[in-house]
Order: sequence, then C-alpha cells, then structure tokens
Amino acid sequence: MNNTVEGYLAELRRALAGSDPALIQDAVYDAEEYLRTAVAEGDGSPEALEAALESYGTPQEVAAAYRDAELTVAAALRKPPAPAPKSKLGASSIGRFFGIILDPSAWGALFYMLLALATGIVYFTIVVTGLSLSFGLAVLIVGVPFALLFLAVVRAISLAEGRMVEGLLGERMPRRPRMVGVQGSLWERIKSWLTDYRSWTTMLYMVLQLPLGIIYFTTIVTALALSAAVFILPIAQMAAGEAVIRGLNYGYLISPWAMPLVMAAGVLGAFVTLWLAKGVGFVHGMWAKTMLVGRFEGAPTTTGTTVSAGGEL
Amino acid sequence: MTPADELMLRKFQKELNAGTVSLVLLAILDRSEEPLYGYQIAKSIEGAWGEGVPVKQGTLYPVLRSMEENGMLESRVEPSVSGPPRKYYSITERGRYVLGDWKAAWTRTRGFVDATLEGNVE
Repeated sequence: MNNTVEGYLAELRRALAGSDPALIQDAVYDAEEYLRTAVAEGDGSPEALEAALESYGTPQEVAAAYRDAELTVAAALRKPPAPAPKSKLGASSIGRFFGIILDPSAWGALFYMLLALATGIVYFTIVVTGLSLSFGLAVLIVGVPFALLFLAVVRAISLAEGRMVEGLLGERMPRRPRMVGVQGSLWERIKSWLTDYRSWTTMLYMVLQLPLGIIYFTTIVTALALSAAVFILPIAQMAAGEAVIRGLNYGYLISPWAMPLVMAAGVLGAFVTLWLAKGVGFVHGMWAKTMLVGRFEGAPTTTGTTVSAGGEL
Repeated sequence: MTPADELMLRKFQKELNAGTVSLVLLAILDRSEEPLYGYQIAKSIEGAWGEGVPVKQGTLYPVLRSMEENGMLESRVEPSVSGPPRKYYSITERGRYVLGDWKAAWTRTRGFVDATLEGNVE
C-alpha cells in the first residue's frame, strides 16, 4: 500500500462527499494535524505513517464520526428558533409574516448588513493595499515576505469573516483555517498558496464586500428611517398643529381617519425590512460559502499521490 | 471467537465508547495543567490503555469539536514546527461543571452495572 498523508486526506474528502464543505474543511484540518504530528515524531519513517493511519481510523470511520457529531451539534444549536414563532402567533401566513420579529436570523442579518459597510471598507483597503504593495515590492528582497504576510492575513480574515457569517447569517462555515495539503520547501508552499484558487476568490470577496456593504448599509438605513418617519408623521403633525409634509409653497395634511393607516404602514415597513434582511442574509450566506469555502470537488489535490482503494487503510 | 462474535463485540464496544469518550476527554483536559492538542490527547489515551485501544483516534477530534461548540471546551490555534498549526484545547468553567454531573452519572451507572453483573439485582 502506497499511502501518503495527501492520499489519506483525499480519500477522507471523498468519504465526506456531499457533506457541508465547511465540515469537510474541519475534518481534513484535524486529520492533517494528527498525521503530520505523528509523522514528524516518527522522523518521517513510512512505519510511523502506517501506524498513524492505522490508529487514526479509516476515512470511512472518521467521516461517519464527523457526520454523527455534526448532527448532534446541529440539533443542540438549532433547537430554539423552530417552535418560537409558531406557538405564539399561529401558523397562518399573517402570523408568519409578523413572526419575523422573533426570528433571530432576521435580526442577525440586519446587523450583518449594517456591519458590512465597516468590514467592507477594511477588507477593500487591505486587499488593494496588500496587492499593490506585493506587486510593487516584488522586485525588492522584502517583496516575498510581504506577499506571504499578505496571503496569511487574507486567510485569517477568511476564517474570521466565516465565523461572523455563521454567527449572524446562520450559514455553516469552517471552524478551522484552510490548509493546503502541501508540505515541503518554502517555495512549494508559496506556490501552492498562489495556485489555490480560494486565495483569489477570497480577495475578490473582500473587494466586493465594499460595494455590497454600501448597498446593504444604505438599504437598511433608508428602509428603517423611512419606516420610522412614516410612523411618526401623524404624531408630528398633531404636535406641530400644521402640515409636516411640505412642498415649496403647499403642505399636505393627513386626514384624521388616515392617521392609523399611515402609522400602520410605518410598522409594516419595519417588518418588510426584517424580511428583506433575512432574504439578503440567506443569499449572502451562500455567496460567502461559495467564495470563501468553495467546493472540494474542484479543489487542487497534490498531484502524484496515490490514493488507495476504499476502506483498507 | 467467531467472526460474528467479534463483530458483535466491536459493535458493543462502539456503543460503550459513544458515551465514555466525551467523559474521558473532559477528565483528561480537567487534569491537565496546560492546554493539549488533539494528538497529545490521543497519545495519552493510547498510553494509558496500552495495546489495542478500542477507539480510533480520528473519532476523538469530532467529539472535541462538538464539546467546544457546546461551550465545554475552548481552543486556540498555535503554529508548530512539525506541520500545520495545532489547536490546543482547554476545559471551561462550564466544562468543569458538566464534568461533575457526568462523573456522578458515571459512578451511579458503573455501580449499578457492577451490581447487576455480580447478581445483586433481583
């Protein structure tokens, strides 16, 4: 059996195929940590690797353990939100519409959209500065370490953004940094980082976070301000004793019968905003997953490794 | 032992492990003075058991991970010279509290099972 760490990891990925990409990334990270440590302690001898593979378990066993753990965790984490809106407001569509106010994912998404402007500015600045300095300094001796530092920062941000997306938008994201299954000289590692398409999709994600953040922030602030203004209009009119909706030389008075309707429209606007946030949050979660995690099917595995046939490691 | 018996034994052992592994991991981290990474924990279990540990070390990691999700453990990542950065786990206050409960449950269960095996239960 010609087993290598890369071969094992590739097989573990295959055994987990169809699972959440974030789960796969975590599982591969753990396996790589164990196997590399074991090999290093055995001074890289093939026997040490063989023993490590034997005691770590077959990819199938390990994959099953991760799937089980994921089910348990998912059940433990996801229990509360499900029954809350139903029991209080009934299952009717009106109840569901207003039930959004009890939906933590809508509030999380709303908060994320406001935050996106700040993170967008930071990400954009880092990528643009990092890229231009990396290319600019490439001719100097400090160019290489700087480019490496920049790549490391991008990967760290990718993990941090993932945690934020999972926390606020509820999309399962990796809990471990990404690793590329390449060991060897510094140059080989640099090459693998540069050819890893996720480094580049992550940078693209970070750059696009600025325009997206501007759109998100503006939309939410406008929608909330508009809802609040519409809600307050009748009250303001009563307090002021005159029309508050004004053109240049005419004013519009809200008739008394219309006041409750106008206020209701303001409240409705707030609920629509929450639904909008939830929808955008869902789409952005998928977007972040695609750009930051990607799919493993297309991931570059180290070439030249032999993968043993299933289940007989 | 026939192959069928062996298979049943392995299945039984796996079911036993399902509960005890988390208890053992929690206890090891509770005893440890410093945070441990997955490989160290796996090795200390292997060292204590001797030959033929009934639990595959790859199955320990997801348990550690789910205990972290549940707030019983916390972790930090540190670079290492031998390979990928290592994830060091340590027990949280909540983990210690849970361990107390689990210990009590384990002691009761063990006492009861022992009593049954010795024929003290009607």
